Amino acid sequence: MSTPVGFWNRNWGFITLAVVALAMPLLVADAYLLSILAFMATRFMVVIGLSLLLGQAGQISLGHAAFVAIGAYGSALLVTRLSMNPWLAMVVAAVLAAGVAGVIGIPTLKLKGHYLAMATLGFGEIVFILLVQLKGLTRGTDGITGIPPLTLGSLDFSQPRLYHVLVWLVALIVFRLALNLSESRVGRSLKALRRSELAAESLGVNASWRKLQVFMISAVFASLAGSFDAHYVQFISPDSYGITFSVILVCSVVIGGFRSVWGALWGTLATVILPEVIKRIHEDAVNLVFGILLILIVVLLPVKSGPLARVAHDVRCLFHREERG
Amino acid sequence: MPLMRLDGVSKRFGGLEALREVSFALHVGQIMALIGPNGAGKTTLFNCVAGADRPSAGQVFFRGEDVTGRPAHAMCRAGLARTFQHSRLFDDLTVLENVIVGRHCRTYAGLAAAFLRLPRHGREERESREQAMHALTRVGLADRAQDEAGSLPLGERHLLEIARGLATEPVLLLLDEPAAGLNDEETANLGHCVRRIRDDGVTILLVEHDMTFVMDISDQVVVLDYGRKIADGPPLMIQADPEVIRAYLGEDLE
Ligand SMILES: Nc1ncnc2c1ncn2[C@@H]1O[C@H](COP(=O)(O)OP(=O)(O)OP(=O)(O)O)[C@@H](O)[C@H]1O
Ligand SMILES: [Mg+2]
Repeated sequence: MSTPVGFWNRNWGFITLAVVALAMPLLVADAYLLSILAFMATRFMVVIGLSLLLGQAGQISLGHAAFVAIGAYGSALLVTRLSMNPWLAMVVAAVLAAGVAGVIGIPTLKLKGHYLAMATLGFGEIVFILLVQLKGLTRGTDGITGIPPLTLGSLDFSQPRLYHVLVWLVALIVFRLALNLSESRVGRSLKALRRSELAAESLGVNASWRKLQVFMISAVFASLAGSFDAHYVQFISPDSYGITFSVILVCSVVIGGFRSVWGALWGTLATVILPEVIKRIHEDAVNLVFGILLILIVVLLPVKSGPLARVAHDVRCLFHREERG
Repeated sequence: MPLMRLDGVSKRFGGLEALREVSFALHVGQIMALIGPNGAGKTTLFNCVAGADRPSAGQVFFRGEDVTGRPAHAMCRAGLARTFQHSRLFDDLTVLENVIVGRHCRTYAGLAAAFLRLPRHGREERESREQAMHALTRVGLADRAQDEAGSLPLGERHLLEIARGLATEPVLLLLDEPAAGLNDEETANLGHCVRRIRDDGVTILLVEHDMTFVMDISDQVVVLDYGRKIADGPPLMIQADPEVIRAYLGEDLE
């Protein structure tokens, strides 16, 4: 169907990323650095999903940490309490996350702009509070320990190198799926409704259903990431899944750039590497920097010209309500 | 049987009655104009028949079926396309992509096909592209296909909205003030374009303030005033109607 040259021209970016990502364990010996890189893969998955939701469909979620939590706690509880196979547990948790996204999405995605931001923020808080308060199930702030690492036959994924390859493979698949989606009929309908739901609907796009679909997809990606992290770190507690994390996720999408799913990669790189650098300078400065970043984004909102105009415009669109008529 | 029939359609916004029991019928192959002073309820009527809004009372029949309250995407699939008074292009997409969105209601590739790039998705995309180019050709915008929609001047924005609507393969096309902001030459061009579309078998209902344009192009005119239908007939009769003249007092009715 297509020539090798054409294939390369269309896919060189993805192929380069895949080669670099999968070759890292050969180049990097430092265990800490390897774990950061592996952690980058799971973060990438979450940001990809959120990028589809924010960037393609133009719907904000300030509660996405909740879906990562559903993946992490889902896996941890199913495996430690019910002795379920970890791979199966991961799938069950992802289905659960999709289900929750469906139920939450039906009423909230009817809302626009600020209202959607508030509703998803509330949802994230509720999940966080449940994690802390349902002590019988989640052990509250003590968290869950002793989550077994993933294995497959004789492969033991608690080994940093092997785990790195595993999570990056999954992240690359997720990325490929998202890229395909954004270039498809479905992706085009998302970009259309982001601009004008009324116009998209008038051309046959069922906007509510499409928004719900992306919301559920992004929940599944987030949940998978949560499950992988939980098995690798072998310990989870509610702290990791609060509003701060949700805000960092949204920042990643915004910093990386909205229009293309590739922005998810740049945003992830920035928001994973930046804190590592800051930590070297001062341990507690990370939240401060993200706070400043958030303020900067808000301050830049009204910018109408210059290099940042486009980003500012896209962020404004997230909070914009379409007039009828 | 009329293509579309409104039966006592009313629309209330709080205390405001934007439409009061409006009834009329639109026949296949017609160009019908809907006119009336500002705020008469013309756009509201479009929204109610196109599924963007739901009538408070009354019924809308389209192709013999009661379609009252059906959502816009279902109306599109049923063969109704529309443009908007304040253009609602997808500004950050190209002209061609805007029109391809119009193929959405005639194509099927779902999530699986999109995620996995199934061959049938590729086939459908190629077809959509061709059909969209065809629609652009019909309005004379083919050479702008690769430009960003946001870069088009007003006149071409109207045409692009029409092309987008045509891509949905409509039997009925609603145009909300297509000549607004156009110069004489562009208006004349629009007139030719609209006639050609009608000759290709698409029935047309348009809202327009440009009376020369309206009287020139339409077979039938419906006049709204404060949400009420005050006249309905061929252009010559409408121009002579005393109640229409009273509603338009101070405005130039040619
Ligand atoms: N969503 C809405 N909520 C409240 N009032 C509305 C809404 N949409 C329209 N109206 C009111 O309904 C009346 C009819 O408005 P509509 O936009 O249908 O008029 P129009 O005939 O299209 O006018 P124009 O020629 O200015 O476009 C106006 O008084 C308007 O303010
Ligand atoms: Mg109007």
